[in-house]
Amino acid sequence: MHDHDDDHHHDNHFSDMQARVKALETLLTAKGLIDPKAIDAIVETYETKIGPRNGAHVVAKAWTDPEFAAWLKRDATAAIASLGYTGRQGEHMRAVFNTPETHNLVVCTLCSCYPWSVLGLPPVWYKAPAYRSRAVIDPRGVLAEFGLALPEGQAIRVWDSTAELRYLVIPERPAGTEAMGEAELAALVSRDAMIGTAIVHLAEAA
Amino acid sequence: MNGPHDLGGQHGLGPVAPEKDEPIFHAEWEKRALGVTLSCGAFGAWSIDESRHARENIPPATYLSASYYEIWIRALETLLERHGFATTEELESGVLAGPGRAPKRVLTADMVEGVLAKGGPCDRPASGPALFKPGERVRTRNFNPTTHTRLPRYARGRGGTVEAVQGSFVFPDDNAHGKGESPQWVYTVVFDAAEIWGEGAAPGLTVSIDAWESYLERA
Repeated sequence: MHDHDDDHHHDNHFSDMQARVKALETLLTAKGLIDPKAIDAIVETYETKIGPRNGAHVVAKAWTDPEFAAWLKRDATAAIASLGYTGRQGEHMRAVFNTPETHNLVVCTLCSCYPWSVLGLPPVWYKAPAYRSRAVIDPRGVLAEFGLALPEGQAIRVWDSTAELRYLVIPERPAGTEAMGEAELAALVSRDAMIGTAIVHLAEAA
Repeated sequence: MNGPHDLGGQHGLGPVAPEKDEPIFHAEWEKRALGVTLSCGAFGAWSIDESRHARENIPPATYLSASYYEIWIRALETLLERHGFATTEELESGVLAGPGRAPKRVLTADMVEGVLAKGGPCDRPASGPALFKPGERVRTRNFNPTTHTRLPRYARGRGGTVEAVQGSFVFPDDNAHGKGESPQWVYTVVFDAAEIWGEGAAPGLTVSIDAWESYLERA
């Protein structure tokens, strides 16, 4: 249905989607199948409560608390839940730790699997064909498009999220942050560093 | 199925083009698309596996040119029709024609926090011991079903090493088609890039997938 949409130019296509989703919401509301206020609540949750700050908290705690880091390695779902981050698309968590020897990169080649409970909704590029196709065959080429050049000898491990496990990359803690506390450290950690398309720099604090 | 969704290793799909300071939503309709999709998922009428398969069945040219929220909405319309919640005519016109099927549950605003915090765990009790152990060499099967599978084409018929036994999980290849949850052990299997991509494979690269037990044979 609505296949005539495909012939439109991008801008028209965009407004077509606006009309199409509006019509769908109106129809389903009239049928009593959905509650528009529930949609507002879902949107508000992902705009204000569930986002990459959750993951940054996990990373900073792992950097400062060796027991927590060990728990995260052993049972990431439980360790992350202890900070209050649970639920949809974070039911089965795994934390993967970057080391000087190996850099980790997460992708979902088959759809858009992403750890929502700790990173929020995935960015557009994560769900788009370019990233999904190339991360597994040319990760260095992909990382270059993010402005990241890893050391020549560092191995790369790509995790394709083909099942229900959701991966959170724990980046390496940068040198010079020894005196920093958890909150200050968390502020250094970007979303992309927890996907593996960035690393953590001290300069990010600026 | 060998659909447009199975993208690993394809060429020609352009640069990644990450967006600086990307907003959470790019348009008002994306917010509604997220909420409508999650609200309809809460009916309990279809599984996440059936949803994924509906998305995979979008014609390739459309799939590859659509944004992900558009993919969601197109698949959602298919699911609503398939399960008797709306008719083709209603979806095309946006005008209510009749009541349609009643869902087990309608998501209301007061339920949202609890439903999102609970999620939908997919682990299930195992029916037997795991066949493979960490460190064991395995080979993925080579098959090309027209139905749903989570074994990507690039990882079929490849030799790899079991890195971890991750637990027993709903088997999507069955569950997507209403054949039951058929839980199986899931393993993280890691491959050298040269095994997958052959000549010219990136040096120092390994790629892992999470594979259900029936995807694997002892190497």
